[in-house]
Amino acid sequence: MDYKKMVDKLEEELPEKVRNRLKERMEEEDLNKEEAQKLIKNTKESYKKARFEAGEAFGVVAAQSISEPATQMTMRTYHVAGSAQGVEITQGLPRLIEVVDARKTIKTPSMDVYLEDDFNNEDGAKEVAKNIKETKMGDVASEDRVDLLNLSIEIDVNSKKLEGMDLDLEDVVGKLNKGRRKYEAEIEGEAIKIEPKDEDISVRELQRMKNKVMGKHLKGIKGISQAVVTEKKGSWMIQTLGTNLKKVLGVEGVDPTKTVSGDPREMQKVFGIEAYRNTILKEGHKTIKEQGLDVDIRHMMLVADMMTTDGEIKAIGRYGVAGEKGSVLARASFEVTVRHLTEASIKGETDELNSTVENVIINQTVPVGTGMYEVSYEPKK
Amino acid sequence: MSDVFLNGKFLGTTEDPKEIVEEVREGRREGKIPKEFNVRHNKDEDNIQINTDTGRVRRPLVIVEDGDPKLKDKHIEKIDEGEMGWNDLINEGIIEWIDAAEEEDLLVATTEEEVTEKHTHMEIHPASILGINASLIPFPEYNRGDRISYGAKMIGQTLGFYSANYPLRADTKSNLLAYSQTPLVTTQAEEATELNKHPAGQNVVVALLSYKGFNIEDALIMNQKSVERGFGRSYFFRTYDAEKKRYSGGQEDEIKIPEKDVRGYRSEEAYSQLAEDGIVPPEVEVEGNDVIVGKTSPLRFMGTGDFVTGIQNRRETSITVRHGEGGVADKVLLSENEDGNKLVKVTLREQRIPELGDKFATRYGQKGVLGLLEKEENLPFTKDGITPDVILNPHAIPSRQTVGQMLEVLAGKTGALEGKKVDGTAFTGKTNEDFKDKLKELGFRSDGKEVLYNGETGEKMEAEIFQGIVYYEKLEHMVSNKIHARSRGPVTLLTKQPTEGRAKEGGLRLGEMEKDCFIAHGASMTLKERFSSDEVTLPVCKKCGIIADEDEKTGKAMCPMCKESDVEEVPMSYAFKLLLDELKSMVIYPKLEVEEAV
Repeated sequence: MDYKKMVDKLEEELPEKVRNRLKERMEEEDLNKEEAQKLIKNTKESYKKARFEAGEAFGVVAAQSISEPATQMTMRTYHVAGSAQGVEITQGLPRLIEVVDARKTIKTPSMDVYLEDDFNNEDGAKEVAKNIKETKMGDVASEDRVDLLNLSIEIDVNSKKLEGMDLDLEDVVGKLNKGRRKYEAEIEGEAIKIEPKDEDISVRELQRMKNKVMGKHLKGIKGISQAVVTEKKGSWMIQTLGTNLKKVLGVEGVDPTKTVSGDPREMQKVFGIEAYRNTILKEGHKTIKEQGLDVDIRHMMLVADMMTTDGEIKAIGRYGVAGEKGSVLARASFEVTVRHLTEASIKGETDELNSTVENVIINQTVPVGTGMYEVSYEPKK
Repeated sequence: MSDVFLNGKFLGTTEDPKEIVEEVREGRREGKIPKEFNVRHNKDEDNIQINTDTGRVRRPLVIVEDGDPKLKDKHIEKIDEGEMGWNDLINEGIIEWIDAAEEEDLLVATTEEEVTEKHTHMEIHPASILGINASLIPFPEYNRGDRISYGAKMIGQTLGFYSANYPLRADTKSNLLAYSQTPLVTTQAEEATELNKHPAGQNVVVALLSYKGFNIEDALIMNQKSVERGFGRSYFFRTYDAEKKRYSGGQEDEIKIPEKDVRGYRSEEAYSQLAEDGIVPPEVEVEGNDVIVGKTSPLRFMGTGDFVTGIQNRRETSITVRHGEGGVADKVLLSENEDGNKLVKVTLREQRIPELGDKFATRYGQKGVLGLLEKEENLPFTKDGITPDVILNPHAIPSRQTVGQMLEVLAGKTGALEGKKVDGTAFTGKTNEDFKDKLKELGFRSDGKEVLYNGETGEKMEAEIFQGIVYYEKLEHMVSNKIHARSRGPVTLLTKQPTEGRAKEGGLRLGEMEKDCFIAHGASMTLKERFSSDEVTLPVCKKCGIIADEDEKTGKAMCPMCKESDVEEVPMSYAFKLLLDELKSMVIYPKLEVEEAV
């Protein structure tokens, strides 16, 4: 039986996934020709039924399906203390708004870093996390003193922490002495001594210098303040607070095919608009799901598609999707009425009355459902 | 150096603030300084505030000196014998009035046992922590605080015998409970506030029982017979005003039955209840929209073409009964107002017998609406033949933890059987043990439960039912004040859309989100129909796209811009026509492109 040939004929009617599954089942059951054709017929019918019918207002259905649970989220957005082992990420309604508003800066940017097979174990993950997390001078210092007599700074280093970071004193001094600077760092016993080049430095300046030294970057990737290793079903990953996707993708041991950022805009910059769409989809759906609510992912798909069809990012709302509606009346009925009416009268816009809101305003049938067609005709078969 | 302020104004400075405060206090207690003086040494800002002005909240406290309250047994004896009064206690420096500022410096003991050397004052009674309404609730210390708050709030909504001179009063709106009773389980505050002289509730037999499911979700089941005997019956009074106004040009209103040629004349029937003087006589029954004071006024603008010779040029401005209300004319008051105009006040009285949906409550925030009026013979009964007046659902109790109400049942039961009121003032330490023995003596079970028999089958109920006397309040939220429905009705002038609100017989709005539901279902035609309340069909000029004027005489439409009559009749919402008009008024030309309808 050539199932493949039979299925391939359906290329225009059924999507690839359905076709593959159909072929698999046929092979499993080892159907004869008649049975196979019956299965194909039934599949086609079921597929047709599962699709939206012409005139169905799926936009409104999607909006209602997302916003009804979202109203419940307002009341229930509580703070889960110490969740995800230390990394606290914006959740609930604020996060959902942030995603669909296409915010330029998000409240708590974070990344999910996945690992290559060689590093997919506890030690490997910890190793990568160590390399990713940004370490500053202040993180390894145990005590600091400003020597007012000699006008110098002394920093005691916590050797345990240092060891944990795979650094030694010489590395630290080396890093401190990198680039243009107004001081010279050197090892003095167990501590680091910092001598200003300017001998007549004021105490205030010295204080400022100390703060600068403490903030000096020693190791890791800038912008990533936390990296927490977690395990899920035997697979290890790292959650971070702060993002720098571009740099992290280059770190040894990181799986660049899976690693993502929670900041959709960053995903767009690194991977492009399709990645942006997928991030909206994934993050939006995840946020709702985390709250224990069940929203069909296809509603989120519609939202994500609306935001990205142009290849450019459009927010949901006045400055994005809603603001670019074709109808003057529809725009005017949604926020800033006067501005839209004035602009429309200056330009001499025409409202074709093609959509719902404008037809509700003048009380005509809305071109949706039963109001979709004026005359229907079924040709004889 | 401390600054001294009198009523917020700077008075001077002192080196020894303590002494000044002491001196003022001593003087006040001895009667040298008026007792309205309150003094406080604010140590944080180091100043002395003396306040004597009005508007401060003050409360009386017993003075304690060296750990010894000044109020002694001998004083209490004298008070009991009537030899001493409140003013004597204050004049003798036993009790003093303290304001909020002065209280800051004091250490007040709640009970006599608590008093130590350090204390400066003592509460007269620990229950004084409660406000007026909250202190009317018996056994409050056995309840959760929020329930007491709810209960206190609802006391403010109860119907009662609000004033003894109610037949003489002309309140715009008032309710009067028939057969009001003082509570069997009471507090000392009830006597102090004289609420026992104008009570607001009734003592009824309450069974804690689920019955046929009609008391689900906090609903109540009531005994039809107890309602017929007067439980929950109240009267609603509303006073309508009519003023005989005088206008410029020597014209004035006339109070009489309007002539038939008056503009806006109602049907003859509407005036049928009026006496010759144009006012309803007392004890005449009226319904909603009936005229109770017949009145006509002169036309608003004389000589503007409205005036027609040969007929009465007056308009009808009668006072009518509100839509949905009615009753009997209780009293008619004829008087004159401050401008010397004749004033007519008619008070209507309406009997309100409990009906399904009326709201009732106990004093513990246990509110509910009437769910079923059951015939007495179908209700459960005891061996003595007692049927409950109210059946309360037991689900109302555990989550709300109103233990006080359980105590009230026991206390009420003993009170009713002994014929005595029971004191339930807060913090007096009464427990259920106090009622157990009494109930047993009186021939009842000590736990307040009783064996009941099913009223319909006569079978003994498997469980003993907790039953006793509870004070029930009827709240002012009654269905007859709220019921509302409309099919057709009045519209607003501007938009031609239905009016809003019950008082204006308004429609129920199909809002933005409801609209979305119709769209989501694809019910386009239904949506159009629902929004057709303000639909109009207007002629639109095919050339200019502007709404044409219709000639009243010929019925022909003419475009105001091109003076042609090539128009198309277009149905649209009046609101949209209004939008077009408003745009035109702002010099924007909204052009409608119309095609011939298919």
